[in-house]
Amino acid sequence: MAKIMNYCPPRTGRLLLGMLPFILLIAVYLMASDARLAVNPADKLLPSIDSFVSAIDRMAFTPSKRTGEYLLLTDTLASLSRLAMGVGVSALIGLSIGIATGVIPLVRSTFSPLVTALSLIPPMAILPILFISFGLGELSKVMLIVIGIGPIIVRDIQLRVLSLPEEQLIKAQTLGGNSWQIIVRVVLPQIMPKLIEAIRLTLGSAWLFLIAAEAIVATEGLGYRIFLVRRYLSMDVILPYVCWITLLAYLMDWLLRLLSQRLSPWYHQSQGESNG
Amino acid sequence: MDNTNNIIEIKQLWKEYGANIVLERLNLNVKEGDFVSIVGASGCGKTTFLNMLLGTEQPSRGEILLDGMPISREPSVERGIVFQKYSVFPHLTVLENVTLGLEFDAGSVTSMMLGRSFAVHKTHITDEAAQMLKRVGLEDAMHKYPHELSGGMRQRLSIAQALIKKPRILLLDEPFGALDPGIRKDMHALITSLWQQQKLTIFMITHDLSEGFALGNRLWVFDHVRKDDQAQGRYGAQVTFDIDTQQDTTSERKAVMA
Repeated sequence: MAKIMNYCPPRTGRLLLGMLPFILLIAVYLMASDARLAVNPADKLLPSIDSFVSAIDRMAFTPSKRTGEYLLLTDTLASLSRLAMGVGVSALIGLSIGIATGVIPLVRSTFSPLVTALSLIPPMAILPILFISFGLGELSKVMLIVIGIGPIIVRDIQLRVLSLPEEQLIKAQTLGGNSWQIIVRVVLPQIMPKLIEAIRLTLGSAWLFLIAAEAIVATEGLGYRIFLVRRYLSMDVILPYVCWITLLAYLMDWLLRLLSQRLSPWYHQSQGESNG
Repeated sequence: MDNTNNIIEIKQLWKEYGANIVLERLNLNVKEGDFVSIVGASGCGKTTFLNMLLGTEQPSRGEILLDGMPISREPSVERGIVFQKYSVFPHLTVLENVTLGLEFDAGSVTSMMLGRSFAVHKTHITDEAAQMLKRVGLEDAMHKYPHELSGGMRQRLSIAQALIKKPRILLLDEPFGALDPGIRKDMHALITSLWQQQKLTIFMITHDLSEGFALGNRLWVFDHVRKDDQAQGRYGAQVTFDIDTQQDTTSERKAVMA
C-alpha cells in the first residue's frame, strides 16, 4: 500500500472531501437546534431553518417598514464603500511610501522608523482619538481601516522592494534609466502582484476594523446591524449576516486573485500558480 | 607607451576596506577592442575590481579613466553588464527586455514620465530590438517571458539587452558559470563572434582558467605578490600575469597553471 503522503484523491473526490466538513457542521447545528427547540419552541439561541428563511426575507427582500429601504442592501453598500475607501487609500499609501522608502535610501532613513512605530500602535486604542478628531461620520471609520492596515502594507511593500535583486537595479541604470524611470518600469510592475497579495492578506483585518467602528457609531452597515439586533438575541439575523460577510470577503479575495493574474501573468506562471 | 587608443587607463588603483587591503597598485591599460579575461582565487578582488569599473564601488586611491576621463561614479550607459543571474527583468517579455533600454532615453515626454515609447517611436525601437535578438539567436522567443527560457537563453537575452545600448565597455561577471558545458560552448562562440563583429571591449570574470584562455585576447591573473601570514589583509592582490593569449602561450600557460 502506498504511503498516505503519496495518495492524492481524484478531482471529484477532492471536491467532496472539501464539502464534507461543511455538511457535518450544518448537520450538527440542525440536530442541536432541533433538540433545543423541542424543549423550548421560543428558544432564540439556535434558530431553525424556517426562522432563518423568514429573517433573510425580512432583511433582504422586504422594504423596511420604517424607511422603505432594503436593509441588507443598504447595510452592504454602506459597509463595502467604507471598506473600499479604507483599503484603497491604504493600498495607495502603502504603494507610494513603500516604494519610496524601498528605492530611495534617503527617504528610507527618514520615514522607516516612523512607519515602524505607527504600525505598532494598536489601532483600536486610538479609535476615540479618531472619533474626536474626525467626527462620527464616514471619515473616522475609513481612517480606522487606514491606520489599521496602511502601515502593514507600507512595511510589506518596502521589504518586497528591498528584496528585488540588486543586479536588476544596476542593470536598469546601465540601460540609461533614471530613478523615476526605474521605479515606473522596473520596480512598480514587479511590486503590483505583491501589493495585491498584501491587500488579500490584510483584508481580514480591514473587516475587523470596519465592523468594530460600525459597532460603536453608525446608522447603517453590516457591523452596525449585527450589534443592533444583538440586543434582541436575533441569532436568525446575526448568523445570515455573518455568512454574508464571509461570502463577500471570499468573493473579494477571489476577485483580487483574478485581477493579479490578469495584471501579472508572468508572476503567477513563474510561481507555479498554487498560491490560492 | 602609446596612449592614443587606450579606452581604459587604470592609474595607481588601491582598494581597501578599513585595514584590509584588497587591491594594491594596479596600473593597467586596455585598448579599444581588447577582450580581457580575469581569473584568480576567490577573495582576491576580481569582483571588487569589476564593481569599480561598473561604478557600484569606488577606488580608495588612484583612478580609472574611460576614454581619458574619470569614469562615472554610478552605473551608466557607457558600461554594459551581464551578471551570472538576475540580470533580466522577469515582468517583461524577451522583446520588451531589450526595448526597455531604448525607451529609457527616447527623449520624448512619455519616455521621461513613463519610461515608455509609443507609435512611430515604438515601431522603430521594436525593429532595432528584433535585429539585436536575431544576432544573439533569440528571434523565436521574442514574446516569451524569462521564466520560460533556459539559463543559456536568459544569458543571451542579458547580452542583447546590454549591447543594444552600444556600451563603450562590456562587463561580464561569471556570465557562463551556471550553464551546462554544452551550452557554455555555444555561448563562447556567440560572445567571440559578437566581440569580433562589433569591436567590443570586454572584461570578463571567470573562475574557469581554460575559459579565460579560450576567450578573448588578454588574460589577467589576480594574485597576492606579497603575503604576511600574521596579517592576511596587510597586502592586496595585484595583476601578476598579463598574458596576450593570442600569442604562443605554452610557457606562460604553464606558469599560470603552476
